[in-house]
Amino acid sequence: MTGTTPLVEMKNIELAFGGIKAVDDVTVDLFAGEVVGLLGHNGAGKSTLIKILSGAYQADAGEIYVNGELATIRNPRDAHSYNIETIYQTLALADNLDAAANLFLGREIVTRFGMVDDDAMEAETRKIMGRLNPNFVKFSSPVSALSGGQRQSVAITRAVYFNARILIMDEPTAALGPQETEMVAELIKQLKSEGIGIFLISHDIHDVMGLCDRVSVMKNGRLVGTQNVDDVTDDEILAMIILGKNPERN
Amino acid sequence: MTKPSSTRGPSKSNVEGLFPRFLRATEIDARLLGMIAALVLIWVGFHYYGKIVNGYGAFLTPRNLWNLSVQTASIAVMATGMVLVIVTRHIDLSVGSILGFTAMSMAIIQVWILPDLIGLGHPMIWVIAVVCGLVIGALIGALHGYLIAYLGIPAFIVTLGGLLVWRGAAFLLARGETISPVDATFSKLGGGPYGAVGATTSWIIGIVACVAVLLMLWQGRRQRKRFDFPLRPLWAEGFLATVGCGLIIGFVVLVNSYPWPKGIVKKYAAANNIDTPINEIFISHGFAIPVLILIGVGIIMTILTTRTRFGRYVFAIGGNPDAAELSGINTRWVTLKVFALMGTLCALGAVISSARLGSATNNLGTLDELYVIAAVVIGGTSFSGGIGTIYGAILGALVMQALQTGMILIGFDAAIQQMVVGAVLVAAVWIDTLYRRRSGV
Repeated sequence: MTGTTPLVEMKNIELAFGGIKAVDDVTVDLFAGEVVGLLGHNGAGKSTLIKILSGAYQADAGEIYVNGELATIRNPRDAHSYNIETIYQTLALADNLDAAANLFLGREIVTRFGMVDDDAMEAETRKIMGRLNPNFVKFSSPVSALSGGQRQSVAITRAVYFNARILIMDEPTAALGPQETEMVAELIKQLKSEGIGIFLISHDIHDVMGLCDRVSVMKNGRLVGTQNVDDVTDDEILAMIILGKNPERN
Repeated sequence: MTKPSSTRGPSKSNVEGLFPRFLRATEIDARLLGMIAALVLIWVGFHYYGKIVNGYGAFLTPRNLWNLSVQTASIAVMATGMVLVIVTRHIDLSVGSILGFTAMSMAIIQVWILPDLIGLGHPMIWVIAVVCGLVIGALIGALHGYLIAYLGIPAFIVTLGGLLVWRGAAFLLARGETISPVDATFSKLGGGPYGAVGATTSWIIGIVACVAVLLMLWQGRRQRKRFDFPLRPLWAEGFLATVGCGLIIGFVVLVNSYPWPKGIVKKYAAANNIDTPINEIFISHGFAIPVLILIGVGIIMTILTTRTRFGRYVFAIGGNPDAAELSGINTRWVTLKVFALMGTLCALGAVISSARLGSATNNLGTLDELYVIAAVVIGGTSFSGGIGTIYGAILGALVMQALQTGMILIGFDAAIQQMVVGAVLVAAVWIDTLYRRRSGV
């Protein structure tokens, strides 16, 4: 872990839907150049917690600190302004638009006259895609015509292009084949080495053990605990997920 | 990073057929070609049906085609707005009633209110009336949009309510009376011999349009060169330029070959002390003003949908509302603006319809919502959202109007007309569904 001030700190976050507390008094943090895995069953509250950070939901209580300063994140635009970028499980792409339009969605390049500059955006997309996924050639097709991996590279490119400092990846490999999963793993390592902090939500415990520095486990909306990956075994993490029990230390 | 890609290799283009290669080089949408083919088929079909069965083909005459362009204008103007509504996965059933209400408001303003305030026949009357009408239309649309976007009431329900409310309100405004005559300048906005711009102006407009087409092609090519994108082959550019300019000039020649009727010429000659015999005077209509309004609306709406952030967001919302929201787009505000725009275009449709009629009646625009929606859907806009074009909607309106006019000309029953229009609508959507399934979009 580098530095003493966390890149992000979410403190005592609470959010209820109806009478059910989806997130109940959860505190997690993330340092620069670190990958923190968020684990838990379906419905444990991982995605909800992360959507609070990305601005999709607003917390009922609790604070978010970015670089030690209190941050107000009321919508995705606010999150973008703190360089928080999210890659969603469902990929959050508009299927009817092409890669460039998706990459710049909400942040289009415009000409002097305020018109959307499709050519400039396509040129930028070709540039960054050439770095991340040189095999990508379908620049003029709508993303509905792309394979799962190609779609994922569009989603990842979007996060990388806008200089994410804090990257949230919600099940980034859920829809991918083995080779594409490998590509995403490589990319995570590369981004990490550039000093970006990454929250990685995953079901796959091997993924997590291989890529993460720490894991935070949630169960029924509550935080079970946060552990250094090097200090725990797979079984101990499974016990945290299933039983909600922290490993006992002698 | 290596990754297998499933893209088709470039080698495939070598075995590609001539026609697909032509489409790809010119970047013409196959659906656009299909619609134009359908239109030509309808036109020629009606013409020769009339020629063979009735002994007179009335369809492909300058007079009929000129009238067709005027009759299409009001529906087509509203259809351009309906494209955005349907692209965002909503619907607007209230457009006919909004048209009726705004037409009535504008008629009251120019017939009952303004003559008392600034005097009968004041040159500003039509301007004030039109501006007020557009603002009222925008406000009604914005109200619908607010109820849909911010209160979460389904668009179908809000606009179904609007259909009843605004029709009733139009009745209340004038207690059911028909209000006429509208202001003389205002009535020019509806077409007719006086509401057309004449031969010279039509030629000027045509030439400016041709220059604009050439400039656009040149600018597009320069832009692609700048970013090193693949260029269209030169023959394709030449083809587009020729066809574009050819269509424009053909349209000018057409509208200029429809002369003023004898009665109007006689009046005109008497008023201007012209001694030439009436039979030797040929005064062209030229473009009708409502058609120019439609062309202007079509251009502005095309720019709005393809070249502005607003348009991009409309399509993003239609493609994936959640993704749009998560990308930081204020989807509610965009939705409200879409409906406000729809309301404004209804008011513009009201200007054209009531000016053409010379009065505002209580049932003006009844059933227009169905024709507008049908035009949009025939024009290739998908009800599942995210797909649609402005030119498609305008062509769709033209197809609908051509069908109706054609059936009137060859003497079909009103009942059969309705049945044919209904059947064509369903068939058009079916063909579109097949096309989409095969092309995988």
